[in-house]
Amino acid sequence: MTYSPDGLRSGSTSVANAAAAPYPVVIVDAEGRVVELNDSATALFPAAHAGRPLPSPEWLTAPQRTPGATTVTGTVGERFFSARPSPLPGGRAAWWLVEETAYRSALKELEGERERTRFLSEASSALLSSLNLNRCMEVTARLAAEYLADAAVVIAPTTARKLPMVMCDRQGRLTRATVSSEPETVPGLAEALQGFPPVPSRWIDPATAPDWLVPENFGEVGSLVITPLPGHGVPAGALILFRRAQKAAFSESEEAFAGLFAARAGAAMSAARLYAEQNTVSDILMRALLPPALQQVEGVEFAGGYRPSVDTDRIGGDFYDVHPPGEDSPDTFAVLGDVAGKGLEAAVLTGKIRNTLHALLPMADDHGRMLRLLNNAMRNSHSTRFATLVLVSASREDRDVVLRLTSAGHPPPLIVRGDGTVEEADTGGSLVGVLPTVSSRTARVRLTPGESCLLYTDGVTEAKGGPMGDTMFGEQRLKRALAECAGLPASAVVERVQMLADEWIGGGVHDDIAVLAITAPRGAHLSAVDGTTRGRYTA
Amino acid sequence: MTAAPATDREHGTGRPPVRTRPASPHGDERAREYADELWTAVRAADEYSAVDLVTNALRGGLDTETVLLDVIGAVQRKVGVEWAANRMSVADEHAATAINDRAIATLPVHRPTTARGRVTVACVDKEWHALPARLLAEVLRLRGWQVDYLGAQVPTAHLVGRIHRAGSTVVCLSGSLSTRLPVAHAAITAVQATGVPVMVGGRAFGFDGRYARLLGADAWASDARGAADRLAAGPLPVPRPPPQAFDDLPHLADQEYTLVTRCARVLVRRTFQDLEQRLPAMRDYTDEQRERTAEDLAQIVDFLAAALYVDDADVFTDFLAWTAEVLTARGVPAHAVLPGLDLLDGQLRDFPRARGLIADGRDALGPFVRPRSAPAP
Repeated sequence: MTYSPDGLRSGSTSVANAAAAPYPVVIVDAEGRVVELNDSATALFPAAHAGRPLPSPEWLTAPQRTPGATTVTGTVGERFFSARPSPLPGGRAAWWLVEETAYRSALKELEGERERTRFLSEASSALLSSLNLNRCMEVTARLAAEYLADAAVVIAPTTARKLPMVMCDRQGRLTRATVSSEPETVPGLAEALQGFPPVPSRWIDPATAPDWLVPENFGEVGSLVITPLPGHGVPAGALILFRRAQKAAFSESEEAFAGLFAARAGAAMSAARLYAEQNTVSDILMRALLPPALQQVEGVEFAGGYRPSVDTDRIGGDFYDVHPPGEDSPDTFAVLGDVAGKGLEAAVLTGKIRNTLHALLPMADDHGRMLRLLNNAMRNSHSTRFATLVLVSASREDRDVVLRLTSAGHPPPLIVRGDGTVEEADTGGSLVGVLPTVSSRTARVRLTPGESCLLYTDGVTEAKGGPMGDTMFGEQRLKRALAECAGLPASAVVERVQMLADEWIGGGVHDDIAVLAITAPRGAHLSAVDGTTRGRYTA
Repeated sequence: MTAAPATDREHGTGRPPVRTRPASPHGDERAREYADELWTAVRAADEYSAVDLVTNALRGGLDTETVLLDVIGAVQRKVGVEWAANRMSVADEHAATAINDRAIATLPVHRPTTARGRVTVACVDKEWHALPARLLAEVLRLRGWQVDYLGAQVPTAHLVGRIHRAGSTVVCLSGSLSTRLPVAHAAITAVQATGVPVMVGGRAFGFDGRYARLLGADAWASDARGAADRLAAGPLPVPRPPPQAFDDLPHLADQEYTLVTRCARVLVRRTFQDLEQRLPAMRDYTDEQRERTAEDLAQIVDFLAAALYVDDADVFTDFLAWTAEVLTARGVPAHAVLPGLDLLDGQLRDFPRARGLIADGRDALGPFVRPRSAPAP
């Protein structure tokens, strides 16, 4: 290597500085042949020879042969440089090399960090969106397979013998399965499921991963990471990441990052599990309180409709129930009522009333007695609430339906006749749950085919709204609506009334609304040929 | 105003034109014959014949999907047409729907053999026309989906709760009235926020699905077959809703929709009072007639608000044209609507977009209004 201090020192001012510059400086002629190098450049290019082009790298030597070249960048060995030419007399150029290795790696790290933050934030919003455990598991597996590994498996702990599991491969294909083997067979898995600290992946021999754990057609497992999914203080499951044999194993920072992701996924899965548990409890408790699905019973059509005052609720203080005839009660029994108050507390009392009446069915031949017993039962309980209700006993007499109706402090049922006339049933009585004694008057009503009896709660008639927004729906409007319902099946009567009330209310607030229609079917008359037999009806 | 019998609010724009034949689009002649017979049974409110007929159609070799869509579905479409043409009362329509519902219930229960996924099918809140959604639910069941059918008028909060519980992979929402579009939009964004894609259908979303796209639905289908085919073709993409539901509807920034909706009742009341002054004949109206008139005004305001929401005059003009058609079919002159529009226009002096819509509405009524009966402005 030749070095000519004179040349560098004796030139122009800028060249004179170059010899002492803290940067590698290479002076080349117009053909790219090295003229001189300073100390740094000599150290960087130990194989350089004056009079010959630099032996490498190509990214630097090519522009050095090219007139008018500008800044170029590239690596020299492990280091990264940007090189800038400054023209010298005689077509020569001094190339200044500035090292950017640290800057580059910082940039790369920043980029990586940004990528991770973006991923975590996207993952968080994807995970937060669902409160369903299966969906959360799927989202976790999909995100992990997309960003962290070649494939991912999520296992949720349950008290059941089999563990539910979701797999996702790089193509985003999800597979659901259950783990029937013991999790202890996989090193680190049982620990992760019990919430112990993760076993470092270098301790786990990928070859020991059992077939059921590895996604189908995955090929040889190069490395795997088993990370616990920490929930809200309790283990929410385990996340297993796979990498193929051809690829580099998981680095420590990758493992740490998987832990960050797992914390978010675990929290989401834990929330979903809590939500599901709460729902299971409330669903079970609520099942007995939900209004029953109704249909035709013993040749009498029943249809009901219910709308709680709060849209998110499914139950409230109004109720109805229908019991088919039994051993001790020859008639079909129905009830519709309204407990003072709204919401869950009122709903609980409706459940008690329904149960009590169910037990009292053998006394349904005497509505007054039933109401007295119910009144006693309600007064003896701790509840201070009262209720109004209508009791109905229905039976077929030939094609007609005969009803016994008893109102206890409730709006009287409305009867829709075949010609569109609407009558109030002549029944009345005191409400139950407050007074020491109750009295009532039972009405007997005969419905011919196509006629209906409507039981409703005051949520219908006291609904406020209408086109002007401040009018009560009222009994007259209800009667007018019912007049159009002559001859309709019970379900159509209920739908009509519910719809009118709903439209009347519009976006306003309202009380619980319950409607129950009892209709004598219009069944087609098939054969009463001789006029003396009862004939056969399709109903 | 009209004071005509029953222009109920459950009907409205997007109804089929008054004269169409009950058709089975798939052209099965036998299905058409069964549909004609079912129509007769439904018209006679004869539930038992209707049920027998459906059973016979199945025995006769029609597959369940054809019975659902080309027999029962065809009859239900005709119900809408007949109502609009004043050949059927609202009560008759309820009866017909109840009978069709019963007929569906008698179809054989199909249990999915291999789970294709779980679909939630529901009507948007305040939507009472459940039958199209029910038909879709049944078709999806037939095609092997697990279906969570929630029925008519499902409050959005309830819908979202059900999605979390059931773990649905897709939601199908049905809406037939354009006045429900704002509620439908709320439902779409709420469902999407749970990471579940939404397919919408029904007349509310326009004959070409334009409002489905506007409101950011992930898919739209013109009928039950189309919806089932789309779901069979592969999963809908995971929704990426905008950060705020209203980012898609920048025109709402003028607050006209908000103000008109919030003041709807006041608007109706004032317009009604003005109308009483302008039309001396109204003094002789019965209470019922007065209420009908107020209801008609309320309906006009509802459709105006919906048109403001989607920023599309068609929602308003289609409704007015449909109203004119119905009124004409009932022997009421269509120009009865005009004074109400004029007075509403006067109330909305500071609302340029709303006034533009009212002007478009007046133009749309043009063909139905004979020049000599046009009122002075």
